[in-house]
Amino acid sequence: MAPRTHSTVPLGQKIELWLPRFVVSPLFALSLFFVYGFILWTVYISFTKSGVMPNYSFEGLSQYERLWATPRLYVALGNMFVFSALFIGISLAIGIFLAILLDQRVRIEGVIRTIYLYPMALSFIVTGTVWKWILNPGLGIQNFVRKAGFEEFTFDWLVNSDYAIYTIVIAAVWQSSGYAMALFLAGLRSVDDEILKAAAIDGAGSFRTYFSVVLPIMRPVFLSTVIILAHLAIKSFDLVIALTGGGPGYATAMPATFMYSFAFQRSELGVAAASAVMMLATVIAIVVPYLYSELRGTKQ
Amino acid sequence: MSRNNLGGIVQQKGTRHLMMRTLLFLTLGVFCLYYLIPLIVMIATSLKSLEEIRAGSLLSLPQDVTFDAWAKAWSSACVGVRCDGLKPFFWNSVAMVVPAVTISTILGALNGYALTKWRFPGADIIFALILFGAFIPFQVILLPMARTLGVLGLAGTIPGLVLVHVIYGLAFTTLFFRNFFIGVSSGIIQAAQIDGAGFFGIFFRIVLPMSLPAVVVTVIWQYTQICNDFLFGIAFTVGDSNPVTVALNNVVNTSTGVKEYNVDMAAAIIAALPTLAVYVIAGAYFVRGLSAGAVKG
Repeated sequence: MAPRTHSTVPLGQKIELWLPRFVVSPLFALSLFFVYGFILWTVYISFTKSGVMPNYSFEGLSQYERLWATPRLYVALGNMFVFSALFIGISLAIGIFLAILLDQRVRIEGVIRTIYLYPMALSFIVTGTVWKWILNPGLGIQNFVRKAGFEEFTFDWLVNSDYAIYTIVIAAVWQSSGYAMALFLAGLRSVDDEILKAAAIDGAGSFRTYFSVVLPIMRPVFLSTVIILAHLAIKSFDLVIALTGGGPGYATAMPATFMYSFAFQRSELGVAAASAVMMLATVIAIVVPYLYSELRGTKQ
Repeated sequence: MSRNNLGGIVQQKGTRHLMMRTLLFLTLGVFCLYYLIPLIVMIATSLKSLEEIRAGSLLSLPQDVTFDAWAKAWSSACVGVRCDGLKPFFWNSVAMVVPAVTISTILGALNGYALTKWRFPGADIIFALILFGAFIPFQVILLPMARTLGVLGLAGTIPGLVLVHVIYGLAFTTLFFRNFFIGVSSGIIQAAQIDGAGFFGIFFRIVLPMSLPAVVVTVIWQYTQICNDFLFGIAFTVGDSNPVTVALNNVVNTSTGVKEYNVDMAAAIIAALPTLAVYVIAGAYFVRGLSAGAVKG
């Protein structure tokens, strides 16, 4: 737009020029208050001796000391680690595998894709409810295999504190692997045909083409899929509640369920806040570098 | 001679090709079963009587189809102490979803439009700061939000829940519209400006009509997210104002009386139907929303 001097701009146009800012400001203020303000509040509470009620006198690291002295925290962190590694690893593997298969000019691709992806439309509570039924030892898979003639067959992971965490992996992979497939398939479709042709002329077989040519090009897709899955994993709360309720005992506790039970069931606000701050720090460590590179990328 | 030879080679290649194709479709089919079996089990179980469930097995189809479990899940199953089924909670969810989706989509559209087409100094930083809100673990805002809702007199109410969903949905809706508007030519807007159209005039008459795809993607994304939400529902509502996801969890985990698996499954399907229906009708937009959730559209 042509530069204008102040005096010649009529009032109406001046308002017009400021309108975008007037529209964005209240929304931005909401975000500042409800995201950043709330984060600051939680961080501050984690440094006070708040119990049932918030208490605003500064106490230093005492809540963190209490948090780190809670055995349940280490169970939650261990579960988080095992769950994330398996969930992300298996979902990626299934996702890539299915995307490559679907990329072989399958005529009914649309139908198959719809079937692979529908679990993503379900609530984790629904997924948890179904898998709880399928995995329950009394009438689920164990019973099914026993009735098929294998009387000794045992599959009681859901109620076994050493294995219950894997049932959450099973259900989460079922729900989210189709999502990984969709992201990879979109990535495969964006690979330039010329590159594929060149690889074929060079005599690369189809599997070699995928592993040495296509997958390296898709590194950004890999990265964003891992970030999305990691993000889902850190936030996982609903599925744990619906499938195992964090049990048996607290064998399947996760940081999110840990925070929830300290905040809303035990009313230990300080410890709950401290654990929430730890979760936030983990997410920031993963997401901020990613967002930074993404936003820089879109600007060009 | 040479032609025969060639035919042989082609045929050999043909059988190998056929084998590979068969293997391909077999594998794809196995995975279809993997994704579909839980749904089939869920539907089959919901149509069986309790006796049949105990006598039969997980994968057997119902011999004696009965809709009793559905009727019970809808209108008489016990959710906590209240035994009216999922019906009231289902309507809670509707009362929450409709305003929350509408408001967050409109605000996101305005925000995205102002941030991309009326670029002012700092617009990028403001966008980055808003976007960050899409990634925070919500645990970090649960405690202050609970207190704020209390101060506003909205604790444990559906309007309170709507407010929470609008605020924390804003980052996503802004992201979707910003990504869409970035691809819209600024020339049209400049032309309209020269014709004397203002900020809102251009928005309502030019930008909004052409951004219908973005509206659909955003609405479907928000709808799915809010329908399926559990964390905000369980943290910010109590008893009668619970959304259907929380009620479903309560039905399944009610420990009193005989465990009625068929009612649990019928309840799960009822809770899943609203999002499943939208997925079946508008799957393509759903997928677009999912990949837009990966930041780049």
